[in-house]
Formats: sequence, structure tokens, C-alpha cells
Amino acid sequence: MPAPAPLETLPNAPGVGYKPQHFSEIMADADPVQWLEIHAENYMGDGGRPLAQLRHLAEEFAVSVHGVGLSIGGEVPLDKDHLARLKHLVSWLNPASFSEHLAWSTHDGHFYNDLLPLPYTKATLTRVCDHIDQLQETIARPMLLENPSSYLAFAESSWSEPEFLAEISQRTGCGLLLDVNNVFVSATNLDFSPQGYIDAFALEKTGEIHLGGHDEDADDHGHPLLIDSHGRAVVDPVWALLDYTLERSGPKPVLIEWDNDVPDWPTLAAEAERAAFALSSLTAKPSRPVIA
Amino acid sequence: MSITELKPVPFQVDQAAFTRAMMDAGQAVPAGLIDQDAAPAGRRFAVYRNNVAVSLTEALHSGFPVITKLLGKANMDGLAGLFLRAHPPSSPLMMHYGAAFPAFLDGMSQLSHLGYLGDVARLELALRHAYHAADADPIAAEVLAAQSEDDLLAARLHFAPAMQILRSDWPVQSIWRFNTEDAAPKPKGGAEIVLITRPDFDPIPQVLSPSEAAWIEALIQGASIGEALDSARRKTATFDLSAPLTLLLQGGAIIGLESKG
Repeated sequence: MPAPAPLETLPNAPGVGYKPQHFSEIMADADPVQWLEIHAENYMGDGGRPLAQLRHLAEEFAVSVHGVGLSIGGEVPLDKDHLARLKHLVSWLNPASFSEHLAWSTHDGHFYNDLLPLPYTKATLTRVCDHIDQLQETIARPMLLENPSSYLAFAESSWSEPEFLAEISQRTGCGLLLDVNNVFVSATNLDFSPQGYIDAFALEKTGEIHLGGHDEDADDHGHPLLIDSHGRAVVDPVWALLDYTLERSGPKPVLIEWDNDVPDWPTLAAEAERAAFALSSLTAKPSRPVIA
Repeated sequence: MSITELKPVPFQVDQAAFTRAMMDAGQAVPAGLIDQDAAPAGRRFAVYRNNVAVSLTEALHSGFPVITKLLGKANMDGLAGLFLRAHPPSSPLMMHYGAAFPAFLDGMSQLSHLGYLGDVARLELALRHAYHAADADPIAAEVLAAQSEDDLLAARLHFAPAMQILRSDWPVQSIWRFNTEDAAPKPKGGAEIVLITRPDFDPIPQVLSPSEAAWIEALIQGASIGEALDSARRKTATFDLSAPLTLLLQGGAIIGLESKG
């Protein structure tokens, strides 16, 4: 087990997913953004501009490293080379936080560059926990594990997702990353209450919240099918779900993810401003008792 | 038989079956993937098929912008769809994806009238390699100028990891420039040898003459400056090292001078 460390090391303030095209504006005036998240795999080259920019950013901002390629939910053993690269990046950067996904992306030596779903069973619970133990030992710190967006379910699943995540956190000591947009997407696609999901989620283990935009489609039966695209602004019902979450969790680091059709900096900063408002409204109000 | 014994065991979907169906839209969606009413997932599974194809296609677009421009987006999308199924990434580092793309382009009989595509893709890969190559501190021109002529001729040079030389039967650098710079001249036919350096963060491809290339390649192989000069002069008797030396210095490509020995 890694040494116990605080799960909340990022500021309880807005952050954004870092995009290189915003470098100059962020360095000049990032307000209201107080921290940045990077995708680990984009900073695993040997040198050049990406690492030079990251070095500058890390002097000014708390940085969260977000892995998108470890395949923690994979049936196959974790990629030793990739673990070594993560260890190297985390040792070099000493980020405020490291997070990864409850998903898989690698099978039979091939990487599919997407976050693929897994059933929630006794067998997958054991496997995911083993992988998280291995990662946390490698990077010598606890990680945060993020809830996925779901487009379908597995007939074989025997755990609800919040229970599955809470059990993983209990067994491995990892924290959780709650993506509120993913909750909204999954709840819409699979007809459950997003507020009920938040109520069941281990908010006390949650070290970071994500928000992002999604696309709208429909399934074969005309049922809404939302797709987690990170290609547009956060929608109002997701902002409302953030308020609902923060009322129960208290202040948390809140990240805006906008990875495709990346907007100009003022547009992204305006999204961060809205997250800042949600956090400040919270401190202005007397905290509401948690409804069990 | 009791009711319990009749209850069907839910289908299990392993990741091999999931992957096969994801990468081949002709395959059935695995049973065991369901919607909120426990009905077969159907079109919902297509989200994963689409996400993978789109994200890998986008990686090829951004990794090979000149190839994309030469072929047009629709053709590039079609080729990417074939390539990503034949050569899915073997690493989560998308910065390295597409190493097999040049040979794939060479092997496409429908593209045989565009014989230069493979080498243009090789140039784009080399530029990407240079972009991510390890940093290295270049030596100043004064370090070379401070040497006596004899010492300079006896010295060996060490080069930055970003530096590369690419030989092509096609005018690949001219094609690359014509498709990336507004005022670049139209490419003429003929082979080109390309030197890639990374003076700061942005790699630059420049054309070398055969004797300049011979001089630099001899240096890369460990020859002294004088020995490399002899190699170059076997190609061109009047070879002068000042032009290629300036290219290397301006490109920040020389990171060490090893005197004698």
C-alpha cells in the first residue's frame, strides 16, 4: 500500500484541461482558472515544446496529471513500459494529483484510444483493484479513479457503478474523480436518476470533479443517446447537477474539459467562471444538511 | 426442474469479443451488451465503433497534415479507416502512431500514380520525431572558430537527437513546402536529400546537395571533419563545408565537439 496522502491536493477552485493553443493567454492571465490538467500520454516524448511548456506551467499552476491510456479495466496485465513512463512523469513533475479511468483501452497488444466499458462483477472488481494497487505502488501515491460515460450496460453486472467505485476506493485506498457530465450522460442513456447516483457516490472520497460537453443522438428505439464528446459547452442540467453535488460534497476542485473543437481562451475561461460562481455560491450559502 | 435452474446465466462479454465486434462493423454486437430495458444494445455499440475510428483517424490527420492535404479529407478518411484496422496502435502514445503508414501508402495500388506519397509521409514522421526528440544544448559557432584548422579537421562532431537525414527519389521537401508555405515555389521533379534540424521547438526540413549529405552522413558515422571532407570531395571536388556547417549551426544540430583521439 502507498503511504497515506491527502486525496484533495488541488485547490477547491476552477481548473481547465490544458490545450497548447492557450499557452500564451494562460501565462499572461488565467483568471479565474487556478489549476490545469494535462493528459499524461501527451507528455511522454523525450523533449521539445510539450515538455518545455509543461515546465513553465508547473511553475505557475497546480497541475493534475490525467492518464487516458493505462487500461486499468483491461483483462490483460498492465503495460510495464507504460507504468514506467507514468512513474517517470509523476516523479519529474510531482503533480498535485494523478487520475485515471474505470475503463479499458488495450487488448492483445493493441491500443484503441477510447475508454471502453467493463462489467461490474466480482472478477472485474478484483482485477481493477490489483491494477490500481500496482499503479499506486509504481507512482508511490494514491490515484483518483474516474466514473465513465455509459452507452450500454452488461447483462452480467452485479454491482451498481457508485457501489463498485466505493468498494474499489475502500480496498485500494484510491480516491475518486466524479465526472458530473458522465453521470448525466449515463443516467440519460440508461434511465436512472442522476441525483440518485450522486447520492450513492462516495463524495467523501472524491478529490476532483469534471465537467464537459456532450452530443445528442438516439438509439434504435428513439431513446436519447448522449455521447461524451468534450466538444462543446457544458449544458444547463449538468451545471444544475454540479450544484446538487457541491451542496452535498462541499467545495471541490472543478475542471472544465473541452478537448475537441477547442474554443478560444475567453470562451473556455467563461466556462471556468461559471464553475467559480458555483463554488462561490456554495460558500455564500449556509451548508445544507446531507439528505440520506 | 426448478424455476431457478431455468433462469438463464447472463451472457459474458470478454474483451476479445468486444474488440473483434468493435473493429469489424460486419460482426454482430456481442450478446450480453444491453440497453436500459435489457434489450440488445444494437446501435448503442456503434458509439464505440465510431469513437475508435474517429479518434484514430484524427490522429492520422494531425500526424500527416500534408498527406491529408494532398489526398483531400474524404480520401484520407477512407485510407485511415483501412489503415487503423490493419495497423491499430501498439502503444498508448499517439505521438508515435502511424510509423507503418508510409509503407502502407507505398503498398496501395490505387495510389501508385502518386509515388511520392510514402516518402512525404516519411518526412512528416521524421518531423514529428524531431518535434518530440530530447532537448540538447547546441555549441556556439565561436567554439568551432576558436579551433586551429588542424584541430578542426581532426575533430568529430556530436549531433542533437532531433537531427535526421532523409533521402528520397522524389522532391519531398519541395512538395512539403508547397503544401505548408504560402509563397513556396511549385515542386520540380527529381530526388531530394533532406536535412531535418530543430533549432528551437519547430523542426525545419532543408535540402542538401549530394556532397553536403555525404559530408554530414560521414560525420554521423563518426568520421572526423577532415575525413568527412574527403568523402564529400570524392563526390564534388570543389566541395566547401561552410554552407552545410552553417546549416548545422543555425539548426542547433551540433551539440559537441570531440577534439582528436
